[in-house]
Formats: sequence, structure tokens, C-alpha cells
Amino acid sequence: MTLTEKILARAAGKASVAPGDVVFAKVDKLMMHDVSGPGVIKVLEEWKKRGTNLERVWDPDKVWVTEDHFVPASDKISAKNIITLSNWTKRFGIKKHFKYGLGQYGICHTLSHEEALVLPGEVYVGGDSHTNTTGALGAFAAGLGHTDIAYVLHHGLIWFKVPETILFKLHGKLPSYVMAKDVILRIIGDIGTEGGNYKCMQFSGEGIDQMSMEERLTLTNMTTEAGAKNGIIEPDSITESYLKERTEVPFQCVLGDEDANYLDIHHYELDEMDPIVARPFSPSNTCGVREVQGVEIDKAYIGSCTGAKLEDLRAASRLFKGRKVKVRTEVLPAAQSIYISALHEGLVNIFVDAGCVVGPPTCGACCGAHMGVLGPKEICISTTNRNFPGRMGDIESKTFLASPLVVAASAISGKITDPRDITT
Amino acid sequence: MNQLEGVVHKYYRENIDTDVIIPGQYLKIHDHKELAKHAMEGIDVEFSQKVSEGDFLLCGRNFGCGSSREHAPIALANSGIKAIIAPSFARIFYRNSVDGGYLLPIEVEEETCRQIENGDRIIVDILNSKLVNVTQGRKAYDTKPFPALIARIIEAGGLINLDPHQLIDV
Repeated sequence: MTLTEKILARAAGKASVAPGDVVFAKVDKLMMHDVSGPGVIKVLEEWKKRGTNLERVWDPDKVWVTEDHFVPASDKISAKNIITLSNWTKRFGIKKHFKYGLGQYGICHTLSHEEALVLPGEVYVGGDSHTNTTGALGAFAAGLGHTDIAYVLHHGLIWFKVPETILFKLHGKLPSYVMAKDVILRIIGDIGTEGGNYKCMQFSGEGIDQMSMEERLTLTNMTTEAGAKNGIIEPDSITESYLKERTEVPFQCVLGDEDANYLDIHHYELDEMDPIVARPFSPSNTCGVREVQGVEIDKAYIGSCTGAKLEDLRAASRLFKGRKVKVRTEVLPAAQSIYISALHEGLVNIFVDAGCVVGPPTCGACCGAHMGVLGPKEICISTTNRNFPGRMGDIESKTFLASPLVVAASAISGKITDPRDITT
Repeated sequence: MNQLEGVVHKYYRENIDTDVIIPGQYLKIHDHKELAKHAMEGIDVEFSQKVSEGDFLLCGRNFGCGSSREHAPIALANSGIKAIIAPSFARIFYRNSVDGGYLLPIEVEEETCRQIENGDRIIVDILNSKLVNVTQGRKAYDTKPFPALIARIIEAGGLINLDPHQLIDV
């Protein structure tokens, strides 16, 4: 069995499972945020009217809640949603509620690894499509909607069709100025936005062995854009040391079998990779940065669960140091802990000296919610994950997706720029 | 619920994503009728006025890709749409539609999508996995049968009405 099959078999109480089997998996961890949470609460209220009342959550210690999409509250409705969420977590005894403006908080997918909320081998469901991110820790992590999350809160179980696994073997080492973001954009460009639909995308090879945890998380994060049910990476010493720095809870690393079956195996030579962008209006509409070099931009955005982890900020700061931005540039660390590290390392100084605005952790403009949305015909280059029509604001705005290095290089020149071309 | 009848609204293009179905700025809204006013706003701002209760949507491959927002099937269902006909669906949209009991995702061949025209009156025959085109001389098309578990959830009107033990080994 593959790692995903092994985790689902264990969670379903079966000796083995095969792709296509429908299983009811015991859930180890559940997350909802200030968009999905109020939606889940509405489903629970509807069920109550129909005679199915939630007396208690199946296991309050396995649930956590984040405030990330509409914080700071963008208007009265989003402020009310936070109150609804807070009342609910209080009533049901959910201790892990990461509140905006009260110590550690941030984007749900970032907290899941920053706080080691999910461990290898676990089944983790989240009320957000980018839940796939956390699979980089060696867990089965999949996004669900309000109804499914409400169902798990009742029963601690949910159905899954066991996915086939596509293996992506990464060979060699990434050249300077090329990041995991370029790799995953390249893969999505190759397989398309439906290329992983219903499937598991697993990454392995010596390219992974040498890759940091944060870079691995960028890969699994964007498996969502290929439609994948989950993205996963087998845990190793890098996973172990990353988690042990963050939790004292013991865990066991589960690996796939040597003779596991994969639907397909794709090989990528990292040494040959170049910086990539995804042009409007699809994450699969990719090309080399130099093919669109010189396209003038109105804004550069460094934020989101995809592109505002500490290493992303460090990468961008390398280019910003001693330079000035030519277009409006926003940097929003993905979690408060990352903000604090960026402050202590001097990165925040570099950003503000370069002319960027540094904002609070929030999903914000990544999903066109608030805090810096795009106007008509504006062009943005962004470290985020989606660029569908209207994703970051006006329906006539355009977003190019790229790595933090490409975004920083473009911010400095005011037009799309390959970071290898920033020399002075 | 073995048969549905309604008029088709054809938006035959691939990868219609959740940002188009219900833009991110509306995610803070949880009033279903209010969400319905903004359904498909990214493609057609007049969509909600064009749709009548019981109508169908016909679209291209990978319908509903993108986010997990349940707002997407909720907005469509509350605008009146009862089934979506497409060659394929993104996974979270598909399970949200079924598990929430909002609407039916009906999978058909590409050719079927090409033949059915905007405004055609269609009968969705769930029991026999068929579409019947009333407008085009009752021409019939096959639909992909629902897997057993999905059929069971649809029959029950959503996941709410089923305990896990009623579903295990379906």
C-alpha cells in the first residue's frame, strides 16, 4: 500500500484498502475557520431544526478553530461571524481557538505546521480546500465543505473514496533563485487543473530529501490546484526534527510499502528548472518568467499559506535588501509566529525600508476578501495559489502567480522580472 | 425523487471555478437567499434573474474547481438550480452538492453537452441514468450512474439523515 492507503486503512480499521474502496475513516484532527466555521454552525442549526441536535463535539481536543479570512474584521458581517465562532467554541469546549490579536494566530494551514497540530500518519480534515498543505508532514490531509465537517463533529467519521496515487519523483537539487513554488507551478502546468482530480499527489526523490519542510509545504499546498484529494510526502528526519522543535507529543512515522502501486510516476530534474509564472486566468497557464518578462504590474503581493512562510519572507528579503520597490507591495506573514521571527531577524526592517507595507497575517486579498483587493484592469504578481477571474478582486483584474523571489524581483523593477536578472 | 424536469442554462466552458460561481468577497455571507443573488456572478451578472426554480446548469469539464466553499452549491441551489450537467466535477464541489443535499451533479459525455442547447427542456431520469431532451424530439442521452454510496446519500436527501453505520459497506 501507498502511504495514503496505509493511513486510510488504519483509520477505517481494515487490514488493507485499495484505490476505489469507499471507507469510513476515523478522523484524528479537524479544523474550521471564520468562513467555514459559521457555515458549519448554520448546518448544525439546520440539523437541529430537523431533530438532529449536536449535544457535544465527538472530541473537542481534536478540533481547532482559526480566524484568518476576514481578520481584521472587514465589516459588520465578518465581525459578527467572529462572535458567532467564539460563542460556539466556548459552548463546545474547544480550547484551541487562535484569535486575531491575541498571541499566536494566522492562516489555518500555516498554524497546522507551525503549531504541529497535525502529526504523521493522522487523518486530518479541514473546512478549506488548501488543507492538502499539511500532507507534507506525512499525514492524510483533505479539504471538506460545511456539511462534511458538521458530520465529523457529530460522528468523528467521514467517508472517503481511497484515491489512486500519482508519484512525482524529484531528482537533483534546485538551482539558485528557483524555489518549490516554481516546481509545483511547472507540475500543474504539465498535468492541468484536473490532472490530480480525486487523486493523491505524492512527492519523493532526492530532491525532496534535500528540501526543507517549508518548501515541501509549498508543493502539497498547491496540489489543490490540480484538483487532488490530498498531497503527501513520506516523513523523514527533516519532518521529525521540524515537529520535535514544535511539540512534545510523541508520534510515529508511517511509510508506504516498497511494493506500493502508483497510478503513474512522473520524473522531474530539479537542476534543469527555471523560475515559472502562472499567467491569468489559471494556475496551469504556466510559462518561464522570461517569456513574460517586462509585463508592467500595479502591485506585488507576498502573502498566504502558499507564499508567506518564514523561508518565503527570507527569500524575498534577499532581493529587497538595499533596494526600493517601484510598485505598491504588500507583505503579510502567514502567522504571528512568522511575523515575530521576521521582526527579530530584521526582515521587517528590510521590507519597510524598501517601501513595502507589512500587514497582519490574514488570507485577505489572496481570495479577494479584503485588505488590498485589486481594482479594474489592475495587474498583480503574487506568491498566492489561485488566479481565476476575480480571484483577488475585480473581475477585470489579472494575477500572475510566482515564487517569493520572482515577486520580489518584479516589485523592484515594476514589471515581471526573473530574479536572476536582478544584479545591481 | 426519481425524475426532475427543467430548462437548461448552458455555460459550456471548462474549469468553471468557485471564485466565478461565488466570488470571495461574499464568503462572509451565510444567508442562503442572499448568496443566491450572486450565483455565477463571475460569468453572468444576470444569472440569478434568468434562472427559475427547478432549472439545470450545463457546463464543461471540471466544474466547481478551486475552493471548498459550500457557498457555491448553496448559491446555485438557492437560485433555483436543481442539477448540474457536466462531463466532470471537481471533488469537493461534487461531495458538497451531494452530502449537503443541495443539487445533483450529473456526469455526461462531452458530446451530450455539445448537443444540448441553451433553453432546451430536459428530463433527468435518475433511476435509469438518462437525460431526455423534450425540446429536441425526446432525444435520450446516457448519464454516468451514481456509485452506490452517492445514490444512497441522494436518496436520503443528504448526509444528515444517515448514521455512519447505515452507510458502511453500502
